[in-house]
Amino acid sequence: MAPGFFAAALLVLRKDLAIEAKSREIVYTTLFFAVACVMIFSFAFVKEEGVPVDNAAAGILWIAVAFSGTLALGRTFERERYSETLRALLLAPAGRPAIYMGKLLGMLLMMAATEVVLTPMVAFFFHAPLFARPLLLVALLALGTIGFAAVGTLFAAMLVRTRTRDVLLPILLYPVTIPVIIAGVRGTTALLQTPPEEPVATLWIGLLTAFDVVFITLALWTFEPLMTE
Amino acid sequence: MLALVLTVFFALQQQPTIPEGFAPVTGAPASEQIPAAPLVIATYAFFLLLMVFYLWTIWRRIGKVESEMQALERRQGGSK
Amino acid sequence: MKKLFVPLAVVTAAMFAAAPIMIGMADLESTMLLVQKIFYFHFATWMAMTTAIIVCGLASAIYLFRGSKLADWYAVASAEVVVIFGVFGLFSGSLWGRKAWGVWWQWDARVTMATMIVMVFLGYLMVRKYGGPGSEKLAAAMGIFGAATSPFVYKSVDWWRTIHPQTTVMKTLGEKWPGAWLLVLFCSFAFVFLTVLLLAARVRLEQMRSELDQMYLAAED
Repeated sequence: MAPGFFAAALLVLRKDLAIEAKSREIVYTTLFFAVACVMIFSFAFVKEEGVPVDNAAAGILWIAVAFSGTLALGRTFERERYSETLRALLLAPAGRPAIYMGKLLGMLLMMAATEVVLTPMVAFFFHAPLFARPLLLVALLALGTIGFAAVGTLFAAMLVRTRTRDVLLPILLYPVTIPVIIAGVRGTTALLQTPPEEPVATLWIGLLTAFDVVFITLALWTFEPLMTE
Repeated sequence: MLALVLTVFFALQQQPTIPEGFAPVTGAPASEQIPAAPLVIATYAFFLLLMVFYLWTIWRRIGKVESEMQALERRQGGSK
Repeated sequence: MKKLFVPLAVVTAAMFAAAPIMIGMADLESTMLLVQKIFYFHFATWMAMTTAIIVCGLASAIYLFRGSKLADWYAVASAEVVVIFGVFGLFSGSLWGRKAWGVWWQWDARVTMATMIVMVFLGYLMVRKYGGPGSEKLAAAMGIFGAATSPFVYKSVDWWRTIHPQTTVMKTLGEKWPGAWLLVLFCSFAFVFLTVLLLAARVRLEQMRSELDQMYLAAED
């Protein structure tokens, strides 16, 4: 009996979590890469007196999220390709969109773990009051991550069999997700002002929600034909 | 066409004269402003260039395919 | 369909011959004066680009779900047209902005989003060239996502108020300055006709390439 959509997605998620729990390779390397990103930006964006450039924290946070997310995407699907489990997955009696959803959920957990470490770090190093409105910040990060990961999971999956996948993933992913990143940065910048500009942040949250709906719908719709030969 | 574009770019490099002592002025005299005509001309010239270039690339690629087709036909005609 | 090509080409050529004359004779705009005349082609090129984006999105979807080769040809042709007209749009906007805003470039909403769209469709062309076998499908995904984000490009300038003229400028142009409205409409039609012609020529190239492949296959027998 074939499992339902969410049951199948959760199965895929549990499989990935089980594999990751053994080595924790992707989690650790992605986290370290994100931290290294923030370090490099701190050298680039700190002025001579040692004070960071205004509002740099917002941009740095989102760039670190995007870069480390791309890395994690590549690594996750590289693992599938290497052990040739992708074909087995696709042959499973679960609907293809359910596999996409399972992969997406795994990606979201991965990026959430990174952001939990990154956000306090950026706030600390850049003297940025990121936690002035924590609920709005969480909403921004969550919705932005969903949008980025939705497109990223689809593109990383479809590029798995391509020879030039490592260089093509950023080339394809970044332009399409520019609106998501911009919305995230603008919303976060609004929250960094004194006092935090809540209506502006809420506007960008609404926009991010719209992007997420469009991107996830498109991804679910196109996943099946893209993954078949 | 190329000479026109180059002339435009050189025209845009003109430096304004530096006044002695600073004083603001609203509505600068026409001689101090960026001339608009070279910008407008450059725009339309660039468009023409772009179209000619694109059509030329299509024409060249079609030409390559056609010559390959002819080569293939000749080989077929010769071997039959 | 083919019979329409030559008449359309003649009409388009006539329109493009007349356009510079009409633009030269048009009234000057009150604040921007001469440099505003870039507007007629600048707006028209975005119209052509939007047409090409819609064609690419639809053709990509049809190719992805039906496997139609003709759809794939239209997808790649329109992606090239998007990039070409997009680049011209950014170039003309930059020159206009140099005079009107004082800077060659400005990261405002519309400029950023337009650059993004051009990059998406450049990515489309890159993945077709360097993606290896089966890259037409991957490119189709780019085409679909690119077309889906373009309404946000249009609306972005309303949400994100910056230096670029908003969409209300075009909506009120018909009442305030009918001469300019008609002229920009004329140029837009000329550009859209040009898009159709370019697509036809480019698709013809793909068609010939396909015939050549068939000939090679037949020769191997």
